[in-house]
Amino acid sequence: MAADQAASAAAPPRAARRPARGGAAARLRPLTPYLLMAPAMLFLAYFLFWPAIGAFGVAFQTAAGQWTFANFQALVRDTDFGLAVRNTFLLLAIIIPLEFAVALAMAVLAQSRLRGRGFFLYVWSFPLAISDLAAGLVWLSIFTSHGYLNSALQDVHVIQHPIGFLDYDNVPGLILAVVLAETWRSISLVMVVIMSGIQSIPTELGEAAAILGASAWKRFTTVTLPLLKPTLQVGLMLRTTTAFQVFAVVLALTGSGLPVLATKTASWAYGARNYQMAAAYAVLLLMLSSLATLAYLTFLRTPREVFQR
Amino acid sequence: MTDAVATRPAAVVRARHVDGGRLLLYGCAILITLFMLTPVYLIALAAFSTPEAIFDYPHPLVPTSISLDNIRFFLTFQGILPALLRSLAVGGLTVVLSLVLGCPAGYALARYWFRGKDAAQLVLVNVRAIPMVIISIPLLVTFIEWNLNDTVVSVALVHAAITLPLTILISASVFLRVPAELEEAAMSLGTSKVGAVIRVVLPNSVPGLAAAALFAFVTSWNEVFVAVILTLRNPTLPAALVQQLSDSPIAFRFAGGLCLTVPAFVFIFFMRPYLFNAFGVGGK
Repeated sequence: MAADQAASAAAPPRAARRPARGGAAARLRPLTPYLLMAPAMLFLAYFLFWPAIGAFGVAFQTAAGQWTFANFQALVRDTDFGLAVRNTFLLLAIIIPLEFAVALAMAVLAQSRLRGRGFFLYVWSFPLAISDLAAGLVWLSIFTSHGYLNSALQDVHVIQHPIGFLDYDNVPGLILAVVLAETWRSISLVMVVIMSGIQSIPTELGEAAAILGASAWKRFTTVTLPLLKPTLQVGLMLRTTTAFQVFAVVLALTGSGLPVLATKTASWAYGARNYQMAAAYAVLLLMLSSLATLAYLTFLRTPREVFQR
Repeated sequence: MTDAVATRPAAVVRARHVDGGRLLLYGCAILITLFMLTPVYLIALAAFSTPEAIFDYPHPLVPTSISLDNIRFFLTFQGILPALLRSLAVGGLTVVLSLVLGCPAGYALARYWFRGKDAAQLVLVNVRAIPMVIISIPLLVTFIEWNLNDTVVSVALVHAAITLPLTILISASVFLRVPAELEEAAMSLGTSKVGAVIRVVLPNSVPGLAAAALFAFVTSWNEVFVAVILTLRNPTLPAALVQQLSDSPIAFRFAGGLCLTVPAFVFIFFMRPYLFNAFGVGGK
C-alpha cells in the first residue's frame, strides 16, 4: 500500500505512467496479494475448515455411509454421557469466573509500576508454553494420597491420615485438583489477553479521573472495566471454547475418574475406534461452544462508540 | 525524605498510606508468584528424589536425597526417546510448513491493499474458535484413506494448520516494521521485487520470524489431543505419555511432568517481546 502511494506521488500523471509498465506483468500485478495469500488459505481450508464441516458428515452417518441420527441416540444413552456433560459444565462454571477475576488482578498488578515487574511478568506468563498434560502431571505430585499437599497438611497437624483427593469416588477432590491445575496453566493466557486490552486504553482517561479525585478502585470500576468489556468478551469466547475441550489435565489427574466430553471423544476414537460416536461427541462440543460464543456476543454487546475508543 | 517527613506531617500520612498500598500490591504479586512457582518446585523435588523416597510419607518439603534415577528411568523407558525425536521432527516440520505458507500471506497483509483483506484478517483472528477436538476425527479418516495415519507428516500437517493463522498475523506485523522505503531503495538500485524481499525485507525480519517459528514449535510440542487421535504406534512425546498414563509407575509420570515443564521457561524467555502479538486480542 505504502509502496503504491509512494509510486503515484513520484509520478503524478498516473494515467501516463501506468500503461508504460504495460504488458502481461502489469495486468497480473493486482493479483499478487491473492497469489501470496492463496497457498495459506487453501491449506487452512483443507486442513481446518473442511474437517470442521466434515465432522458433521461423520457424526450423522453410519460407518457404511448412510445418513442417520443413530449416533446421537447412542450418545445420549452412553454410560458416562450425563456425567461427562455435568463435569464439563461444572469445571467451566468454576474455572472461568475464577480465572478472569484473578487474571484481572494480575493484569492490573503487572501494569502498575512495581519493582521487578519484568520478573513477575516472566514467571506469570511461563505456563503459556506448557501443555495441559504437563500441568496435570505437575499437580499430580501435589494431590496424590501420598503427595505434597497431604504431607504439608500432616506436617502442620491439620489431618491425621492422608486424604484421598484423587479417589475415583471423591468428586469434590477430583474437581478441586483439576480446577487448580487448569487455572494454574491457563490463567497466563487470560492475563495476557486482558493486558493487551488494558494497554489499548488511553492513559489520559485514568489520569483525568484521578485529577477529579477518583480512588484507584473507583477508577478501575468506572474507567478500566467498562473500556475493557470488548477485550473481556473476546477473551471469554476464546477461553470458554478451550475450556469445553479440557482433556489431558483431566486424564493425568483423574484417569477415567472424572469423565468429560473431550476424554469421551478421545476414548471412542482411540480405544473403541468408533469414529461415528467420537464425531458425535465432537459435534456436541462444537454446538456447545458455539452457543456459548453466541451468548457472550448477545449479553456482552458493546455500543459501537465504546468499542472504537 | 526524612526532612520532608519532619517538616510536613500531612506528607507523612500520605507517604504511609501510599506505602501501605504498595506493600499490599507487592504482597499480592509475591503470593501469585508463589502460586505459579511452588508446583514447579514440588515436581522438581519429586522428579529428582530417589525412587524409594517417592513412597515416603509424609514427604519432606525440602530436598533430602537428590538423584537422577527417575529422570534416567523416564528417558530410557521403552519408546520415550523415539517419541521425543518424533516430537522434534513434528515440531520442525510444523515450523517449516507454517513459515513457508505463512510468510507470503503475511507479506500480502503487510504491504498490499486488496479486496477481501479485512475478511481474511477477521477469519485468521477467529480461527482459534474452532475446537481442535472437532477437526481431528475427520482428518483421521482422511489420513487413513491416504495411508498417512500414524505418521510424523500427518501430525505435522494438522499442527501447521493450527499454527498457520498465528504465523501469518505475526509475520505481517513483523514485515510492517520493515520500512517499505528500504525495499524501494533496493529496487531503484536494480534488484527485482523478489530480490528486494529476499535481500532487504527477510534479513531485517529475522528476530520476529524466529519468534513466529518458536511459537509454531511450542504449539506443536505441547499439542496433545490431535497427536493422541492421529497416532498409535508412532506417538509424539505427549501422546506417548498419555498412552502410558494409566499403567506407568508414578515416578515415570513425575519425571515426564518435569521434562515437559522446564522447556517452557526457556521458550517464554525468548518469546517475551511477542506475547501480546501472539496471545493478545486486537492491538497490532
